Amino acid sequence: MQSSEMFLLLLGASVLAFFLGRRRSEALAHISGGLNSLHSLPNYHGYFTAIWTALPALLVLIIWMTLENYVIIRLTFESLPEHLLPTDTSSTTLLANKINNLALGVLPRDGQPTEILAAAKQLLRYNEFSRWTMAAVVSCTALMGFSWGRSYLSTEFRARQPVESVAQYVLFCCAVVAIFTTLGILLSVIFESLQFFKSVPVFDFVFGLEWSPQTAIRDDQVGSSGSFGAVPLFVGTLLVSAVAMCISVPVGLMSAIYLAEYAHRSTRTYAKPALEVLAGIPTVVYGFFAALTLGPYLRTIGESFDLSVSSESALAAGIVMGVMIIPFISSLADDVITAVPQAMRDGSLAMGATHSETVWRVVIPAALPGIVAGIMLAISRAIGETMIVVMASGLAANLTANPLESVTTVTVQIVTLLTGDQEFDSPKTLAAFALGLMLFIVTLILNVIALQVVKRFREQYE
Amino acid sequence: MSKPSRNLERIQRSLVSRYRAEKAFRLCGIAAVTLGLLAVLVLFADIFLKGKSAFSATYIQLEINYDQEVLGIDDLSDEGALMLADWDRLHKTALRQEFPQVRKRSERRELYALVSNGAGYDLKERLLSEPELLDQTEKFWILADDDIDTYYKSLLKGRAYTARLSLAQLERVKQLIDQDRIELQFNANFLSRGDSREPEQVGIKGAMFGSFFTLVITLLLSFPIGIAAAIYLEEFAEKNRWTEFIEVNINNLAAVPSIIFGLLGLAIFINFFNVPRSIPFLGGLVLAVMTLPTIIITSRAAIKSVPPSIREAALGLGASPNQVVLHYVVPLAMPGMLTGSIIGMARALGETAPLLMIGMVAFIADVPGGFTDPATVLPVQIFLWADSPERAFIEKTSAAIMVLLAFLITMNLSAVWLRKKLERRW
Repeated sequence: MQSSEMFLLLLGASVLAFFLGRRRSEALAHISGGLNSLHSLPNYHGYFTAIWTALPALLVLIIWMTLENYVIIRLTFESLPEHLLPTDTSSTTLLANKINNLALGVLPRDGQPTEILAAAKQLLRYNEFSRWTMAAVVSCTALMGFSWGRSYLSTEFRARQPVESVAQYVLFCCAVVAIFTTLGILLSVIFESLQFFKSVPVFDFVFGLEWSPQTAIRDDQVGSSGSFGAVPLFVGTLLVSAVAMCISVPVGLMSAIYLAEYAHRSTRTYAKPALEVLAGIPTVVYGFFAALTLGPYLRTIGESFDLSVSSESALAAGIVMGVMIIPFISSLADDVITAVPQAMRDGSLAMGATHSETVWRVVIPAALPGIVAGIMLAISRAIGETMIVVMASGLAANLTANPLESVTTVTVQIVTLLTGDQEFDSPKTLAAFALGLMLFIVTLILNVIALQVVKRFREQYE
Repeated sequence: MSKPSRNLERIQRSLVSRYRAEKAFRLCGIAAVTLGLLAVLVLFADIFLKGKSAFSATYIQLEINYDQEVLGIDDLSDEGALMLADWDRLHKTALRQEFPQVRKRSERRELYALVSNGAGYDLKERLLSEPELLDQTEKFWILADDDIDTYYKSLLKGRAYTARLSLAQLERVKQLIDQDRIELQFNANFLSRGDSREPEQVGIKGAMFGSFFTLVITLLLSFPIGIAAAIYLEEFAEKNRWTEFIEVNINNLAAVPSIIFGLLGLAIFINFFNVPRSIPFLGGLVLAVMTLPTIIITSRAAIKSVPPSIREAALGLGASPNQVVLHYVVPLAMPGMLTGSIIGMARALGETAPLLMIGMVAFIADVPGGFTDPATVLPVQIFLWADSPERAFIEKTSAAIMVLLAFLITMNLSAVWLRKKLERRW
């Protein structure tokens, strides 16, 4: 029996237990004179029995599933003769995988020693045995839990309290998922990065000027060393982001000011969602546009001015990225501008300032922290943006500040290093995690500061 | 002249420039908004103009003889014979009859290249659906090769693109055009087939199913967990360091670049938990982790907007805190939570980068049938096609984008509609 079927079975059992528990409490109430004689409502008795049925059985199931593989492999190894037994941990996993694959039929059987084949067969038998014992043990636990829970039920029994505290725990666990996600991200990038930094020194990585991650598969290949200096990637990322900011900050800010301060109410109701359409378009669509329409177009324009524009220029990717970020900046700026109290505007207008002077000298300075925070969030967005640059900018690392040339970025390199088949522990794939760590740290710092500023700004005017 | 009037004059003079600045500023604002709207327009127009031709395909009419001897089939229910039969010979023979002047081997190969190399498969389907055609002859429209398709479509637009065709092939197409035996028909394959190496045979059904299965997993995981977390943080959590830490975490996760979640999927789910690559289950898992913060944040906002008087009234009538939340707060906040979830799902549907990390970029021709079949999703399919060198893929990519945008627009509009319909103002 598969474990997913076990889960469904447990779900069904707990639903059944709910109804049985409820019926039981209704019967109890009937004997002692109506529902009012119960401490808790019949539903809570139902939930109580359902929880007792499902929770212990679920725990047993999860423990069984985590230990199963380990125990079975140990048992299988015992049937192997002395000379085939693994000596260290890495060969243990290798042998275990080999036997597993043989048992699944993924690996061809010919040419394998008979002892190993026998072990694979043994493994299958153990697996089968384990599945059925698991089903039996879990069902027994569920039944025992049910009868245990049911034995509690009485008219005075306070069923609501335990049920509610279990519900609280479940809610709490769901909230903690966020912490585990952050932890997971940190662990995954830090562990792999540490391994990477064992072969490439941190200093060389952060300050190295040359990036060519092609390492040789065999030792005698030419150009085997591979160099992992990430500065060209950082510069490329900054260049594309800078172009994007040059587009999105003025346009986003001006449209936010216009829509918040000048536009007629009806214009605002239509123009704002229309601008926000830009935020809803998937990035892969922007990438396609940048690579196939804007890139070649800029190239032809450049040719007519005798400029050599690469068809994968940082300019094309940056412009399109800027367009993508416009609604992001404009909606954040709109939020903070409308949060500035009307009294401040009225004061300035009453002193004889024109509307634009009021905006520049009063509204913007008052909203400045919020606007700056919005721009910081936008920068972190631009740095982490992947698809546009993957599709519209180059792969070769190029240390330049000229936006007409082709550059590569951190995210592009992560994608190219990790797509395709590689062994997982080569410096090439590990480098992607080191880049991911850099990306995570930089965006984290930007986000934390920006979110803190926005929060303080909101509190100031609320 | 007295002093006040001089001042007045100065003010009058400065007012001219101040009003000019005011006007310029206003114009700048209008220009910025127009620029943004123009970008929307250009983007949509570009995609639409590039992609609309993908919904039709070029077909060539040929006289097909379903010759029993050529196929070696007596009985259409014989699976083995169907497998062994050389279906390509049907249209090859027809082409040779059509152009008898072609003799040389190399010329023949060029001739056969007029029709799609999946034509044999289409003929087999045709014969199986109408068994009485066996040993009969009929005029059948056969799918043309993508180079012919590109050429014919560009010819209709008046700017013929001939780079991929030889002179002899152009000659043949011209002959077919003169005889009215080449035309554009609705491209039904595009919506009913999986991916293919040949641009004329590609379809997005595989990607659509992949997206569907992935989103189901995402929704099943992120919606309940997100709502539960929002309820806990908004209704039950004490204001202490821990709660604040969770909050900061959630806000940060919402702003973490999506590619980082791909790294998480690769290192934790694939390498640590040994989840197989390329399957919708894994994609759904990664996207669920990614959309969770968004759903939590919008759900919290929805819960916050439920007025405290409702809670107090319920508590006053003797409901327990759990009952208050379950019976009053959650139902009232549900519209807001649903809208937030739909928007989160729309974002997950358009997300590409993390899925590249976990192997959903593989070439998969079959339409996935479940959560554990290797699959790709719509945006990744777009990425793959955009990377393909064949010119015919440009229109297919744009068409796939149109389909993706159609789904996204539907989802977002339904979110807006839901909010309008169910929202209560207190």
